[in-house]
Amino acid sequence: MQSETSQPVRRKRRAIDWPTVVLILIVGSCASYVYWRDGPATFLEVVWNDSELFVSMLVKVLAGCLTAAFLTILLPRETVSRWVGADSGLKGILVSTFAGIILPGGPFTIFPIAGAFVAMGADIAAAVTLITSWTLLGLNRVLTWEMPFLGFDFVTWRWMAALPLPILAGLFVRAIEKRFKSKAAAP
Amino acid sequence: MDVIVTIALWLIVVALGFLVMRRSRPLFREGGKSGVSEFIHLLPRIAIGVMGSGFIAAALPPDFVGRWLGSSSGLIGIIIAIVAGAATPGGPVVGFAISAAALKGGAGAPQVIAYSTAWALYAFPRLLSYELPIMPARVVWLRVLASLPLPFIAAAVAILLSRP
Repeated sequence: MQSETSQPVRRKRRAIDWPTVVLILIVGSCASYVYWRDGPATFLEVVWNDSELFVSMLVKVLAGCLTAAFLTILLPRETVSRWVGADSGLKGILVSTFAGIILPGGPFTIFPIAGAFVAMGADIAAAVTLITSWTLLGLNRVLTWEMPFLGFDFVTWRWMAALPLPILAGLFVRAIEKRFKSKAAAP
Repeated sequence: MDVIVTIALWLIVVALGFLVMRRSRPLFREGGKSGVSEFIHLLPRIAIGVMGSGFIAAALPPDFVGRWLGSSSGLIGIIIAIVAGAATPGGPVVGFAISAAALKGGAGAPQVIAYSTAWALYAFPRLLSYELPIMPARVVWLRVLASLPLPFIAAAVAILLSRP
């Protein structure tokens, strides 16, 4: 297999997107409000505390970005689709859950993978499980983003609480599909 | 703990980098470049998110958060948290920043878990900008439908887990 085939299609990104704009507006108004209410001393204290957190995060975020980039080279999308898309049944759902936990990257890597194997005629439940697992349990996301903000104890607890959810989501999709199919089959 | 996580993350980077390097050197350089450019793309967003969490926490009136999202707010607090989560824009920083702010401001842990779960699953802007263009609409709506009860279940499991 040549390297060209393993390169993911990158979506063109704008320097600024509207969720970021919304966030800037929220943060801007909160910052001005704090400055107006508590004065410059408190304002600077907030900035100082957050700068520490920011610096400690950067090292992890860079590691996360490099991991995602190398893994997309090592794991061509076709391979991933074969792993999580081929199996149906509970096994397919469990494999998808696990894949969601270890797969890195942002929405522009996970949705194409999920979309690709649905297009290949694979199980929709497995695709939904993969996305749910990636959003709730994905280690890359948890370690680089969630931990620095929320701390080890809280995140471990949340992770445990979320562990059954991707499997449930997959089973729900199966149940909904079954319902639709039996309705469609009825005269 | 923090240091161990960081070291583990970099060990993974080194191991994967080594595997890519063995395949070909230009591929390694290309991968490194794409990782770094992603990092640069994220940098300002992280800065805003981190600063934001501090300012949002400082600006939120503590008695409001305590009353509506505190651990005694129960099901009402969980429902408020879920609606807020669905309305929060996607992106890796926003939801966690607000979760951290709410926790600092006195929100209950199950409520915060309901919030971040709802945000991760439904984040409406992400749905519109990434999911619908890439995946068949039927799959997207099936996913949303199947996800509806999940934040409630997460909050319930969280409550159960904290009571041994």
